[in-house]
Amino acid sequence: MLLINCPHCGPRAEIEFRCGGEAHIARPADPSTLDDSAWAEFLFYRTSPRGEHAERWMHAHGCQRWFNAVRDTVSDRVIATYKTGEPRPTTVTSDMGAR
Amino acid sequence: MKFSFTSLIRNAFSGHQDWGRQWRAPDPKPAYDVIIVGAGGHGLATAFYLASEHGLTNIAVIEKGWLGGGNTGRNTTIIRSNYLYDESAALYEHALKLWEGLSQALNYNVMYSARGVLMLAHNHHDVISFKRHIYANRLNGVDNEWMNLEQIKAFCPPLNLSQSIRYPIVGGALQRRGGVARHDAVAWGYARAADALGVDIIQNCEVTGFSRDARGAIAGIETTRGPIATKKVGVVAAGHTSVVMARAGLRMPLESFPLQALVSEPVKPIFPCVVMSNTIHAYISQSDKGELVIGAGTDQYVSYSQQGGLHVTTHTLDAICELVPEFRRMRMLRNWGGIVDVTPDRSPILSKTPIEGLYVNCGWGTGGFKATPGSGHAFAHTIARDEPHRVNAPFTLDRFRSGRLIDEAAAAAVAH
Repeated sequence: MLLINCPHCGPRAEIEFRCGGEAHIARPADPSTLDDSAWAEFLFYRTSPRGEHAERWMHAHGCQRWFNAVRDTVSDRVIATYKTGEPRPTTVTSDMGAR
Repeated sequence: MKFSFTSLIRNAFSGHQDWGRQWRAPDPKPAYDVIIVGAGGHGLATAFYLASEHGLTNIAVIEKGWLGGGNTGRNTTIIRSNYLYDESAALYEHALKLWEGLSQALNYNVMYSARGVLMLAHNHHDVISFKRHIYANRLNGVDNEWMNLEQIKAFCPPLNLSQSIRYPIVGGALQRRGGVARHDAVAWGYARAADALGVDIIQNCEVTGFSRDARGAIAGIETTRGPIATKKVGVVAAGHTSVVMARAGLRMPLESFPLQALVSEPVKPIFPCVVMSNTIHAYISQSDKGELVIGAGTDQYVSYSQQGGLHVTTHTLDAICELVPEFRRMRMLRNWGGIVDVTPDRSPILSKTPIEGLYVNCGWGTGGFKATPGSGHAFAHTIARDEPHRVNAPFTLDRFRSGRLIDEAAAAAVAH
């Protein structure tokens, strides 16, 4: 079980949280101009990297607020958590699909 | 070397010292007609059907680790075809029909055992949903029947049918032709049969990149053992499909999650069939060695760690202990995780890709083992003829653009 540092409440066990998938996927600003391929990219295509991954989490059994985390998908270690709206922090290692 | 009664007798007299190697360990040739990336069940089956049905024998199967060492060796071996939608029923029934004759076709005992898959209903909505599945299955020629409590008691006596437990069993759907098979034997059987037809199985060789010709079509692959030329590559990399396809510059509609399983100490035969409960997230069968084989759910986050959280397996064991109270004092011997590639509609992708000469077979999620023969058979057809087989034609990569999804999110016993 992961230990996740909620930016509002501090470190808590994973069972208090709900994972919301890949972070920083912005809803298209002008949806009516999108073609089918762009919709498919927005709705269905995901990075799923082997390495660092930015993802959304919600502290369901705590403050009930959404926030973002960077986690290593090989070691499962949570590297950083940060509030929604803040930019993704630069982290030390990144081997997106390199191994 | 063909396995037969006479070969068994002959080798018994020589103390079983003269059994030959099951497959070769060749060095990669400079070029092949087709290269399959991934020597799991689906990849080896693809190579076997390319060789046996399409006359292509200059084929290599490239494997990063050892053959059958990924999800083929980690799953809970359940076989069934009782899917709701016509497209899925056709694909999985295609596989089930091949399972029925597979040991003979491969001359290798894959221990397919049609002991029945019983899916439990715990509430009114389950009953409605399962009956809809049963009628849909029958229209597609797939066997599935409703079981009341007395029939369940007779078919699977260890189940707790008390109506005072938290989620009482109120009925079930039984596919009698469903069952289990020996997962390792499936990989070994396909490897041996493909090797006998001239397929090179190259283990400990990782694909590091793809080379393209002037038109952008596939011209070869880069590997840790050097470049190999080919015009056709089939990627069958299961949980690592996103990683491999990223090396060809393609993003995929996939996320990879850990899926856990565990086995108990072996005991005498007590559990006669496969039991699944979608509602309380449990599935269980007993292996021929006597171990209880138990599957848990997926973890909620993307991972390649091949392990998951203990709370996920605990949740499943809570359900097992309530369904079969006599298992409460059983000890679990081993648990492990595999990495499953999950699509947005929980149906697989067996398809051509935007790159000419690159084909992909992925997205089987938590339930790929059951489809192994059918998947390989249809994917071989797709690669050899550059067009899909009838059964995999709907399972394109393009469906996420066109919107023709095959939404089987309710089909898995696993929450995901």
